[in-house]
Amino acid sequence: MRWENYTSLPEQYRNQRVFDGCGISGFINIDGSRVSGDKVIDMISILKERENGLGAGFAAYGIYPKYKDYYAFHFLFDTIAAKTNTLHYLGNNGTIIASEAIPTNTPTNIDNPPIIWRAFFDPKKSNNLEPDEIILKIVMEINANINNAFVMSSGKDMGVFKGNGWSHEIADFYMISGYNAYMWLAHSRFPTNTPGWWGGAHPFNLLNCSVIHNGEITSYGTNQRYLSSYGYKCTLFTDTEVIAYLFDLLCRKHKLPLSIATMALAPPLYDEIEKLDKKDQIILKSIRATYRSAMLNGPFSIVVGYSNPVPTMIGLTDRKKLRPLVAAISDDENTIYMSSEEASFKRLTSSNNNFSMKEIWHPKSGTATIAMLGKGLVRNGLEPSLMKLKSKYEGGLVNGNCA
Amino acid sequence: MAIVHEILNYFKVEINREQCKKCKRCVNHCSYGVLSFNGEKIVSDDQKCVACQRCAVMCPGNAIRIVQNESFLPPHGNYTRKIRNIIWAQSGDGGVLLAATGNDRPIRSIFDDLLLDACQVTNPSIDPLREKIETKIFFGRRPEKLTFVSDQDDLEGVSLKTKLMPNFEMDMPIMVGHMSLGSISYNACHAIYKAAKELNIVAGTGEGGLHPDFFEYAPNIITEVASGRFGVDLNYLHNAAALEIKIGQGAKPGHGGHLPGEKVSSLISQTRMIPKGSDALSPYPHHDIYSIEDLAQLIAALKEATRYKVPVGVKIAAVHNSAPIAVGIVRGGADFLTLDGFRGGTGAAPRIIRNHAGIPIELAIAAVDERLRQEGLRDQVTLIAGGSIRYSADLIKAIALGADIGMCAMPVLIAMGCRVCQQCFRGLCSWGIATQQKYLVKRLDVDIAKNRIKNLFHSWNEELKEVLGAMGIDSVESLRSNRDRLRYIGPNPHIAEILGVKHAGE
Repeated sequence: MRWENYTSLPEQYRNQRVFDGCGISGFINIDGSRVSGDKVIDMISILKERENGLGAGFAAYGIYPKYKDYYAFHFLFDTIAAKTNTLHYLGNNGTIIASEAIPTNTPTNIDNPPIIWRAFFDPKKSNNLEPDEIILKIVMEINANINNAFVMSSGKDMGVFKGNGWSHEIADFYMISGYNAYMWLAHSRFPTNTPGWWGGAHPFNLLNCSVIHNGEITSYGTNQRYLSSYGYKCTLFTDTEVIAYLFDLLCRKHKLPLSIATMALAPPLYDEIEKLDKKDQIILKSIRATYRSAMLNGPFSIVVGYSNPVPTMIGLTDRKKLRPLVAAISDDENTIYMSSEEASFKRLTSSNNNFSMKEIWHPKSGTATIAMLGKGLVRNGLEPSLMKLKSKYEGGLVNGNCA
Repeated sequence: MAIVHEILNYFKVEINREQCKKCKRCVNHCSYGVLSFNGEKIVSDDQKCVACQRCAVMCPGNAIRIVQNESFLPPHGNYTRKIRNIIWAQSGDGGVLLAATGNDRPIRSIFDDLLLDACQVTNPSIDPLREKIETKIFFGRRPEKLTFVSDQDDLEGVSLKTKLMPNFEMDMPIMVGHMSLGSISYNACHAIYKAAKELNIVAGTGEGGLHPDFFEYAPNIITEVASGRFGVDLNYLHNAAALEIKIGQGAKPGHGGHLPGEKVSSLISQTRMIPKGSDALSPYPHHDIYSIEDLAQLIAALKEATRYKVPVGVKIAAVHNSAPIAVGIVRGGADFLTLDGFRGGTGAAPRIIRNHAGIPIELAIAAVDERLRQEGLRDQVTLIAGGSIRYSADLIKAIALGADIGMCAMPVLIAMGCRVCQQCFRGLCSWGIATQQKYLVKRLDVDIAKNRIKNLFHSWNEELKEVLGAMGIDSVESLRSNRDRLRYIGPNPHIAEILGVKHAGE
């Protein structure tokens, strides 16, 4: 592990974004049963070809049942002063229910370890702002304006653990095995810039949305400028943060159903839309016209953890599927797995004779795979965008003369 | 009182006497009265030559060459030949000098100082011949967000509640700029509208009304309501894909239209609803728009008149305060906004304005896009930028800076045969483009001109796809405002700051 660059990139790298290749893995238990992180560690650490020891991380949903009604902040600090300032700032904006160090296995020979902290927080009531909106502002403020502090995650009953090292090292460091969660996401990376930094590792999180991402967003400039209109500051020198913010904007602020939001991010081609019936054309064209700047371009495969209100795992690739994504369902149909490589599933089945996958499949390009707590596999990533969806329109696009 | 001072001619007609067959075809084709036959040979009055090349192209013996007059004025780095000519011309007739086409001063083009990004290793580029790359876009206003209501009982039941304002689709992010019937000929207009229809893009009518013959092209036409209100009646308003209120034009910010009476033929007089032969000078401001709230009223009135079926927008020239003006216009209800840069073309404008007023379109796009974003309005409107988009590289860079659509007119004229002799305001265009004289208009074959325009934009669109593919982008929507994919290599880093573009190497 690299014991440096915790809350920000070194100055000389800040005018460039970090590009990376990555391994991504995750699973969700449909019945909500919580399992230890061992399984996801196995899934991610086998993908050795996709990491170079410069960053890895985990997101776990359902790990803080005791504090499930409060926002769980996971922080990285470089200095005691940063911790004091941040907690002071938090205290001014609400009530800190509990505040403690996140247990870690810090090697004894490290003279400058990061301060890794969590706080459970209840924001002050506001008449004109939703609590989520207050938290969003707090996260933006801390990341942009409090020196030497970084918010790793800010959702409820969940947390992100990440750092600069190999995935197995990060797992050991945070003692991931000791947490029990119903949904796990894991990421390992191969960044192009050598220093790497702890905050820049994945998952990227905002509120209850965590994103693990393999690829590069070629539409970054368009997306970033679109988000800037809504007060999202892209300060993390990586393209992945725009994905997290776009999910937040579309799903939380604009309240789009998840399946519709994924269609905005990776919409069907116009040629495909033209083949559909009038009703579906109107819906999809309305989405494309309105959310033209939210569309993600470039090679990517992402797995998103989301829990507002129902915990959900979403897998999505770019429209050309220039990055891999494989999905699987367990024999008992209770667990849906996603990974950048099938090796993750093989690792699980080969190490346990009593366990096998019912089915392993390759979701189609630009088509979301959605697994929801309590509901199961809502979309398998193989059916066309609007199939299964019983869509209607009361408004929709008014076709002009040209159409 | 005119006191003519002989000005050194710029051009000379060189006739190869051995190759000349004395067929006099050149004499017939020269609309500027340069060439004549003196009974023995073809002779030229070089003072009148505008280098339009018509004679040279039409000569069956290939005997004519237009060359620069090598006769030489004493050199001076500051009082250039052009400046001396301006002074002689003005001291000769005491008037405001007219000029046509766009600004001809050799001011550095910012587009030329921008470089495009391409993929290497970490992201794969896309081959447009093998993979789909989309250039379709929507034209019109969009809501800030869509409202879908989920069915309580059924997870998969959703219904779209938002009603979108009128929008139409275009197959390329390209629009033919506004050139009126009057400034250009019937055949030129016809070729442009036909091409726009076949390409499924749009073309502007300018402020000259719309001839009833062209109503069939209405789905691909944006009509203009300008300060002169020429040709504006209910038929005009109802025969358009979109309506544009023209406040200003890049070539002459702060000015109205100038159509010299020479060009007001009976056809033009009918279409514009003005007397034949009269100068069509539209007022400088709209005399019912002296402030932003007046503009909002006209936008509302036009929407009302068209029953909210077509987008209504506003065109302004790119001037120093374009950004706040643009915000006001969008808040005033405009569905689209057209920005016309200081290099934009014209059929006739005072030279002083054409050459010295306004700002470059690159800076205007950047400033307007940024300000509209700060106000949270950018994604709701369609932003069209022109003046001057010369070729696909300019189009691509304009989109990457923040425009939805690139608007151009000069390249369309050049595609039809224009040699850029810059005499449009005289109505003598020997190529049948910027003239109303029947014998000249006939020279422009509508279908050939149409096909040349189609070929031109088809090639631009293909080049756009090539660039998108190299950038690893499969839809032009992801290029718009993607300044991240541009770098600056010009001499003035402050320009890069205003553009929001990094310097090359950063």
